[in-house]
Amino acid sequence: MKIVGLIIVAVTGAFLIYAAADFPAWSDPASPASTYLSPHFIEKSMEETSVPNIVTAVLADYRGFDTMFETTVIFSAGVVCFFLLRISRREEPESRYYRHVLTGVTIQLKEGYKMPPSDDFEQIDAAWTPPDLIVKTACRILIPFIQLFALYVIAHGHHSPGGGFQGGVILGASVILFAISHDLRSAVRRMSEKLIAILCAVGVLIYAGTGALCLLLKQNFLDYSVLAGVLHVDPITARSHGILMVEIGVGIAVLATMIWIYNNVSSAGRYRQGL
Amino acid sequence: MIWPIDLAILTLVVVAAIGALMVKDLLGASVLFGSYSFMMCLLWSIMGAVDVAFTEASVGAGVSTVFFVAAVFRTTRRTRD
Repeated sequence: MKIVGLIIVAVTGAFLIYAAADFPAWSDPASPASTYLSPHFIEKSMEETSVPNIVTAVLADYRGFDTMFETTVIFSAGVVCFFLLRISRREEPESRYYRHVLTGVTIQLKEGYKMPPSDDFEQIDAAWTPPDLIVKTACRILIPFIQLFALYVIAHGHHSPGGGFQGGVILGASVILFAISHDLRSAVRRMSEKLIAILCAVGVLIYAGTGALCLLLKQNFLDYSVLAGVLHVDPITARSHGILMVEIGVGIAVLATMIWIYNNVSSAGRYRQGL
Repeated sequence: MIWPIDLAILTLVVVAAIGALMVKDLLGASVLFGSYSFMMCLLWSIMGAVDVAFTEASVGAGVSTVFFVAAVFRTTRRTRD
């Protein structure tokens, strides 16, 4: 069976290489891709949308409908992870462990007993290991800079590579880094599951809502130039601002989805012990 | 395009891809897959697709490696069935 698979893979690879020979040469100006639509984007995108980065203009404006459903795909990935992995049935642990934060004294409460929520004690698991001090401190210093860079990537997507998707991933990665360096419980305490689920939907809603707003103002779906009346700017700047609005929506959706997937995968849906 | 750099990165892409398939350890395979993504990111940026390279670096080499490692940590040595 292994040999049959190897032969199929080899034959398919050979066909692909054979077919790749028919491709137009790299950066060939006469190829079909660069004769039909690309000249319009390259020549006109700056005067039509006032966005210097052509990729952002194409993704969020000319092909905004396409990007909206890409955001929906991300959203559904998060929802699917939640439904597949999350164990909603509350199985009560034998006994609960609480650790005094300052002294490290751990107390065990028998089944059925609960400690009132306080800042002095944190609930831990039986297999709890103390997070490393050096890793913890290094991550605490790093995380604000990562988040600042992510916000820069989202806000500066008009002028440089980046945008809502990349910025959202970096923002999500900073929270994941916190969950790895501390533990999942303290990450979930700062950003609860409910908040993540709401943010996930809000991001998609911002994107679709921007489109629906254009529709309400009697223009096509996602035609941002009609927002000029609402934003009090000229139609070309309105297109640039509309792109920023949908990029923020994409950023929020991607941020929440990344954290949601990590929380569910790393704790196998139990939300107790992370990595 | 500078062809020696291009050739070196292309070779590393192939080596990382075959290594990720061949290696027995799942954790090692996921790390190799991360390095494969990073080499692809360099390849995109050489070809001038900086936006794609940025996405590949943040998603492929960054977050998806974490997801793989998290999934590997939830596996067991022997299968249950």
